Amino acid sequence: MMADFKESPSQTAGPYVHIGCVPTFAGLQGMYGGNDLGAKMITGDPNGSRITLTCHVIDGDGVPLKDAMVEIWQAGPDGTYGPTEGFSHWGRQPTDAHSGELVFETLKPGATAGQAPHLLAWITARGINLGLTTRIYFADEDNSSDPVLAVAGDRQATLIAQGGDGSYRHDIYLQGAQETVFFDV
Amino acid sequence: MADHIIAPRDLDWHPKPLAPDYRSSLLRSPNHTRLHYDPTVTEMTGPTFGHGMLGPDDDDLIVNYAQAGEAAIGPRIIVHGKLLDEDGRPVSGKLIEVWQANAGGRYRHKKDGYAAPLDPNFGGCGRCISGEDGSYSFRTIQPGPYPWPNGGNDWRPAHIHFSVFGDGFAQRLITQMYFEGDPHIALCPIVQCIPSDTAIDRLVARLDMDNTVPMDIRAYRFDIVLRGRGATIFENQMEGT
Ligand SMILES: [Fe+2]
Repeated sequence: MMADFKESPSQTAGPYVHIGCVPTFAGLQGMYGGNDLGAKMITGDPNGSRITLTCHVIDGDGVPLKDAMVEIWQAGPDGTYGPTEGFSHWGRQPTDAHSGELVFETLKPGATAGQAPHLLAWITARGINLGLTTRIYFADEDNSSDPVLAVAGDRQATLIAQGGDGSYRHDIYLQGAQETVFFDV
Repeated sequence: MADHIIAPRDLDWHPKPLAPDYRSSLLRSPNHTRLHYDPTVTEMTGPTFGHGMLGPDDDDLIVNYAQAGEAAIGPRIIVHGKLLDEDGRPVSGKLIEVWQANAGGRYRHKKDGYAAPLDPNFGGCGRCISGEDGSYSFRTIQPGPYPWPNGGNDWRPAHIHFSVFGDGFAQRLITQMYFEGDPHIALCPIVQCIPSDTAIDRLVARLDMDNTVPMDIRAYRFDIVLRGRGATIFENQMEGT
C-alpha cells in the first residue's frame, strides 16, 4: 500500500456536528428540505416488528453527553441488509441538547448468518478523536453463540440492550466500571 | 476466503482516544483498547444515497442559505478533490457532508457565542455525492479561525469538517480539512492529536491555481482516502468473525 493512499486521519466531529449532519435539528430552517438524513428509518409500511431504542452516551463523570451523534446500521427483520421497501437500515440521531437522550424508532433486526440480531453503532462527539464503533444486541434474543459477543468476553453485558415488547434501553459508557466495549473492526 | 474485505485500520496513524492537550478527550476517551474482530457482512455493507435526494444548491454554501440574489460574505473558494480508497481506487456514489464556520469564525449554532457576527446569508453546511471517478466539489467561503475553550489561548486553524461514507460502514469517517500555510495548524491541540506530521499533511488542502477561475473564485484541492476494500467478496464472507 502506498503511503499516499493511506486512510485520511480522523479528527473529532466537534461540538457543531449538527450543522453538517442534522441541520434542521441545529436550527438551519429549510436546509435540505427540512429533512435530517437518517431521522426516520421507517418510511413506509415494512414487515417486521417495530421497536424503540432509547440511548444515552455517558462520560467519565457519569454525565450524559448533550452534543453527541449516533448512527446505526442494521439488518432488516429478514437478517439481510436490503434494500428493504419502506425501511432504511440506517439511522442517525443527535442526543437531546438538554437530557442527552436519543431515540431510534426502527425494526427489530433478524439474525444474520451465524450472528445474533444486532445493530452496529457509531458514536461521534466533541472529545472523540476517532468515531467509536460498538454493537447493540437484545436481551430477549438468544445471544449465546454470537461470535462478536464472544470477543467481548466478560464485558459482553455492555453490548446488550435491556427491555422487550418493542421497547429497549441502552446506555453507552465511554469510561468507568461499565465502559462499553468498542471495536476495532 | 480473503483475510480482510476491508483493510485493517492503522490505529497508530489516527489520533489516540486520550489526548491530554485536548481537554474534551479526558472524560470521553475509553480506557480499554478497542477489541478486534474481522469485518462481517454488517461492517462490509452500508447505506447508499442517491443523487435524487440532493437539492440543486446543496453543494454550494455560498448560496444555499442565502436570500434570493444574495451570497455569503468571505473569500470565495472551490473545495474539490477525489474520494479514494487505500488502493487508490475511486470511491463513487458516496455521500460527503461538510460543515464550517463563517468567514468571521462563527458557527450558526446556539452553543457558539463567539463575538464574530453571524452572516445572515451563510448557513454553513453542504453535501454532495462522489462521481464515477470519485470526484467531488463544493463552492463555499473560506472559514475564519476561531477561539475555543480549552483552558488556554487556543484558536482553531481555519477548517472545514467532512463526514464521509464508504461502501462498508467500517469505512465511515469524520475528519477536518485545513488550509495550506495556516500557522495555527502547528499550534492546535486538536490537529496535533494526530501522531505524525505526515498524517497531518494529508488533511491540508493545497491552493489549486489550475482550477482557480480568473476574476471569480480560487480552488483548493483536498483528496480523502477511506480504508481499502478487497477486490473480491467471497461467498463465505460472513464467517469472517
Ligand atoms: Fe470546527
